[in-house]
Amino acid sequence: MGRWSRQLLTLPPTIYLLIFFAIPTVIMLFASFRFPGDYGGLAPWYSIEDGSYAFDLTWENWQRLFESTIYLELFVKSLGYAVITTAICLLLGYPLALMVSRSEKKRRDLLLLLIILPFWSNFLVRIYAWMIIFSPTGALTMAVNSLLDLFGIAPVSLMYSPTAVIVCMVYVHLPFMVLPLYANLEKHDPALLDAASDLGASGWQRFWRVTWPLSLPGVYAGSILVFIPVLGMFAIPDLLGGTNAIMIGNVIKQQFIESRDWPFGSVLSIMLTIATIALVWLGTRSGHRVKHG
Amino acid sequence: MLEIRGISKKFGDFEALKGVDLHIGAGEFFTLLGPSGCGKTTLLRMIAGFEAPDSGEILLEGKDMVGTPPEQRPVHTVFQNYALFPHMTVAQNIAFPLQMARVQADEIDARVQQALDNVHLPDKAGAYPAALSGGQRQRIAIARALVKRPRLLLLDEPLSALDAKMREQMQIELINLQKEVGITFIYVTHDQGEALALSHRIAVMNQGKIAQLDQPAQLYNHPNSRFVADFIGQCNLLEATVTDSDRHHADLELHHIGPVRVSLAPAVTVTKGQRCLLTLRPEKIRIARNLHALVDETHFCGKIHDTLYLGDVTVYKVELAQGILLEALLANSGNHASERFAVGDSVEVAWNSSAGHLIAEP
Repeated sequence: MGRWSRQLLTLPPTIYLLIFFAIPTVIMLFASFRFPGDYGGLAPWYSIEDGSYAFDLTWENWQRLFESTIYLELFVKSLGYAVITTAICLLLGYPLALMVSRSEKKRRDLLLLLIILPFWSNFLVRIYAWMIIFSPTGALTMAVNSLLDLFGIAPVSLMYSPTAVIVCMVYVHLPFMVLPLYANLEKHDPALLDAASDLGASGWQRFWRVTWPLSLPGVYAGSILVFIPVLGMFAIPDLLGGTNAIMIGNVIKQQFIESRDWPFGSVLSIMLTIATIALVWLGTRSGHRVKHG
Repeated sequence: MLEIRGISKKFGDFEALKGVDLHIGAGEFFTLLGPSGCGKTTLLRMIAGFEAPDSGEILLEGKDMVGTPPEQRPVHTVFQNYALFPHMTVAQNIAFPLQMARVQADEIDARVQQALDNVHLPDKAGAYPAALSGGQRQRIAIARALVKRPRLLLLDEPLSALDAKMREQMQIELINLQKEVGITFIYVTHDQGEALALSHRIAVMNQGKIAQLDQPAQLYNHPNSRFVADFIGQCNLLEATVTDSDRHHADLELHHIGPVRVSLAPAVTVTKGQRCLLTLRPEKIRIARNLHALVDETHFCGKIHDTLYLGDVTVYKVELAQGILLEALLANSGNHASERFAVGDSVEVAWNSSAGHLIAEP
């Protein structure tokens, strides 16, 4: 293939990324230096006075970010939610993916279908379903509290708690962990496990020395697919977290909708994008190190 | 060393093994040979511990192995597609069984290097399996299976993925390696040539049973059944009826061809009037335009029906009677065009009375 035709091949994804990622990011960056409009939106970025142009741009929005530690704390807290959710998804999803990949061929399609079945109903509807489960009069809360009562512990409220947010986020994102893991595990050559067993490895040793290291690309893919959307999540903490579990996504949404402060919302969005790219880059780098010794 | 008693195994309705008995001696290079589905791989997997027999015993040095998981058997396997761990280097692959056995780290290093030297790949320690050629992967798989000094090494069609040249070289290396390490090898193959070249003894398997167990030359020269004669090498099978016999010879009437005298192998007894098969290897048949038949030889006339030039030899199919073809080999040793025959040529064929081997047909 010539140099030109090779570059031609990378053209469609380049154009795609340009239109849907690079240009919006530049617009957002630009917006972060403008003033908010009087009734929401953005104020004009230049004005004409006495026939001469003047720029109406400011550093204020960025200064506000660093004036207090509250936004940094929110970032760290969101990061904590994302790490915990990803870890739980991995812990729950890995055994599930492994069992599906080792089940009978005929049954696998059915099991995979069951895993993606929740996607058939609306995202918000599923969150509302969890509101019912977590409500103070819901069966789950009553059961938990009657159990706690046996040990003399005061009743707890599951609704509007970090626990509720994490449970729901795990529920929503579990398929994103299971599917890449399954795609990886399903390709493993069963002869490798036979060989490991033949050479003296017990069940656990077979898993940790053969299956786990070979599945790491799937682990990274699944973790990234869970981690990124959770880091910017606002709907679940909005509905299930109340004021007790606010994430950075909630604040960004607040800036754009309730506070009508688009420029500051842009600042926070850009920070979230930078944080996400940095973390994913770090993750894939350490992933490569593990893979290639 | 290894004793197998009455092993049977069913997969659903399919009887993979029907009461197999085997005794394999220490230091032996033993081959299980047979067509696909004959049960040879199932038997090998049972010895390794991956399958459990429905009935029967597998005694390794007197101890019953049935129920012992593969990781606890002093038996290692070289798998058909090598099954090297792709995420480990060559050295890590070979170190794996030693680590599982909790061998000291510095001893592991020494033994890995020793194992690499044994298979003539001392400088491949840091390479990943994906960077190796088929032959090199094969050698690493053997090194990995031997490094812990198993009592028994099982090889499951280990050369089937190699090209012909490489295969021959690996065969020689396997023979030498087995002599060096002195470990009992059990080799599974469907390739009769490979089995003859490598083994001390061969068990020919068919439909879950052992059809014949013998040394390679015995198996080749004295097959005990139509199946074995046909499966091992090229063979002419001529139907015949016994007209007269004593302890050493039998006179036969070859159907549609004529009378012939054969000498009998010690194990073969036939009675007058019995139907039997005369097996004749193509290379034991003389073929010429004008043969001067020797004493102890039988000769017939025929016409060349087909010729197949293979370079080193030419295969001639000679029609002795209507529809009865005899295959004969002629080595292309000289440059004499006169030795070659064309389709339709009249020729004479002859063989010694001890060249044929008689199989009694039930």
